[in-house]
Amino acid sequence: MPLLEVENLRTYFYTRAGVIRAVNDVSFSVGEGETLGIVGESGSGKSVSCYSILGLIPKPPGKIVSGHAIFDGVDLLNCPEKQLRRIRGKRISMIFQDPMTSLNPYMRISDQIVEPLLVHEKVSRSEAFAKAIAGLREVGIQDAASRINLYPHQFSGGMRQRIMIAMALISRPQILIADEPTTALDVTVQAQILELINQRQKDLGTAVIFITHDLGVVASFCKNVNVMYAGRIVESASTDEIFGHPMHPYNAALQQSIPALHKKGELLFTIPGLPPDLAMDLPGCPFAPRCPHATDICKDQSPSLTEIVPSHRTACTRFQRGEISNLRINETAPAL
Amino acid sequence: MIKIIVGRLLQLIPVLWIILTLTFFMSKEVPGGPFSAERQATPEVIARLNAYYGLDKPLWEQYLGYLGKLARFDLGPSYTYQSESVNEVIARSFPISLQIGTLAFCIAAVFGITAGVIAAANKNRLWDYLPMSFSMLGICLPTFVLGPILALLFGLVLRLAPVSGWHGLNYVPFHPMIMPAVTLGLFYAAYIARLTRGGMLDILSQDFIRTARAKGVPDHQIILKHALRGGLLPVVAFLGPAFAGLLSGSFVVEKVFNVPGIGQEFIKSVFNRDYPLVLGTVAFFGILIVVFNLASDILQALMDPKSRK
Repeated sequence: MPLLEVENLRTYFYTRAGVIRAVNDVSFSVGEGETLGIVGESGSGKSVSCYSILGLIPKPPGKIVSGHAIFDGVDLLNCPEKQLRRIRGKRISMIFQDPMTSLNPYMRISDQIVEPLLVHEKVSRSEAFAKAIAGLREVGIQDAASRINLYPHQFSGGMRQRIMIAMALISRPQILIADEPTTALDVTVQAQILELINQRQKDLGTAVIFITHDLGVVASFCKNVNVMYAGRIVESASTDEIFGHPMHPYNAALQQSIPALHKKGELLFTIPGLPPDLAMDLPGCPFAPRCPHATDICKDQSPSLTEIVPSHRTACTRFQRGEISNLRINETAPAL
Repeated sequence: MIKIIVGRLLQLIPVLWIILTLTFFMSKEVPGGPFSAERQATPEVIARLNAYYGLDKPLWEQYLGYLGKLARFDLGPSYTYQSESVNEVIARSFPISLQIGTLAFCIAAVFGITAGVIAAANKNRLWDYLPMSFSMLGICLPTFVLGPILALLFGLVLRLAPVSGWHGLNYVPFHPMIMPAVTLGLFYAAYIARLTRGGMLDILSQDFIRTARAKGVPDHQIILKHALRGGLLPVVAFLGPAFAGLLSGSFVVEKVFNVPGIGQEFIKSVFNRDYPLVLGTVAFFGILIVVFNLASDILQALMDPKSRK
């Protein structure tokens, strides 16, 4: 029994430009204490799918068109707002991409850190403060007792992300959703923050959903990975499998684009073309126009995520039919 | 902080000097004189009057004489009220404008901010459109239309308030201040409502509001604890000048309700070429504006941790 089970989630945005199918039939699950990575480029729907689960997408224009997200017997997508609010920040918390803008600049960090406790639990302010100070120490902020009264602008970016982590973990949630928590940080600080999340996860046994576009982070961090493209999961497997036996051309192409795999001086590999416009109705496989393996069937037949070997699923029709197996794209980067 | 405040107050001196110099020469440029409008006085009488008030002296001598008196906080005699000095005219009329203006300010701030917050919290729904339509009305409706309507409705039809006049503070059931204050404050309330809505919407779209929602903070706490402080910053910047504007009275409102406030005195002094009274009220308004702008800035600095030392 997984801790969180998301089924057939569809989140659409009704804009003037048309209906944006930001998340289109996504299903995944997270087990207790497990780490799930969701990778994909900007606009692939990875953040929106997690925001949908917590009811954080702006409505309107957003709307959850279909789906269930079963967490401890409660369907988060179809429960009263009040019930969802009791889960948000208490049993499922979230940290965000940009710690510069995600903390309230008008409030002392103390008041922000204790907030989940004061909202969800019957604790006194002093108790909450003591917990907040302890929480700050645990994320490596020295002098926590005196610095807790400062405002966010008095901290550096890395420190602020530590504060965010302390705040998200203060109520000991069962799931932590980390939405690109290191994207806005310096490279050196990135490693520290990742290590910190890893450490805190081990200490508390929290499950982590890690949204990122950094395959390196996924490789070192996650047990299972969902690869998302154009609002759908195109491949889902354990991290070893994802890297060892890619079963979707998009996943393979992503890996080929990692700069570290290129020789110095060699042009970097890029995937030709652009992601599709999500306002268009897409028949067939969304990756087909950019896929070197695509044939007519990919343009016509809408692929579904199918298990090929146990717990390795792909949405590539041709792979499912056994027509292709080696997905390495033997094409060098286009000449500039 | 204290240094900045003292510095800003010292700026008052050059600001006032520039305002008064401009006003002095401009008012003398205007054709006519303080005694030309009165009942046909003989030329000898006018000459005597001019001599008595020093108006026959060269302009620069009058100017220096005025500055000299000003340095001793003497704003000179009023030409229209023979028995009163300008200081006395201000001391008599300002308290009335102060009372009406303060009430108008409270009405404007309370109703404006409340309406703006409610509108922002219900963006693009009924409780956004309703207060915002009202505020559009308030901005568009001139005081010379609203004032008589209120006087008609509450004074003549409902008979709850005096139609006009200043009856002291004990008039029942409706205080005579209320109608002029409402008339005066409605535009400001409407404007503050729109400013508040804009500021709040700006803050409510920020990332940290999403963080608060992710923490499970209830909506009303998000508005009051997370958004209000930042959302009101643009409003606070406007409150200072608005208060100064309200305190300096309004000729129209004071005329409509026949209230002897400072706004009327100011306009009348211009028509009467009562030079010292013109200069005195201008200087007084200048001080009000500078002081309340400063108050606005201080309040803003206190509300924004980033600008606080």
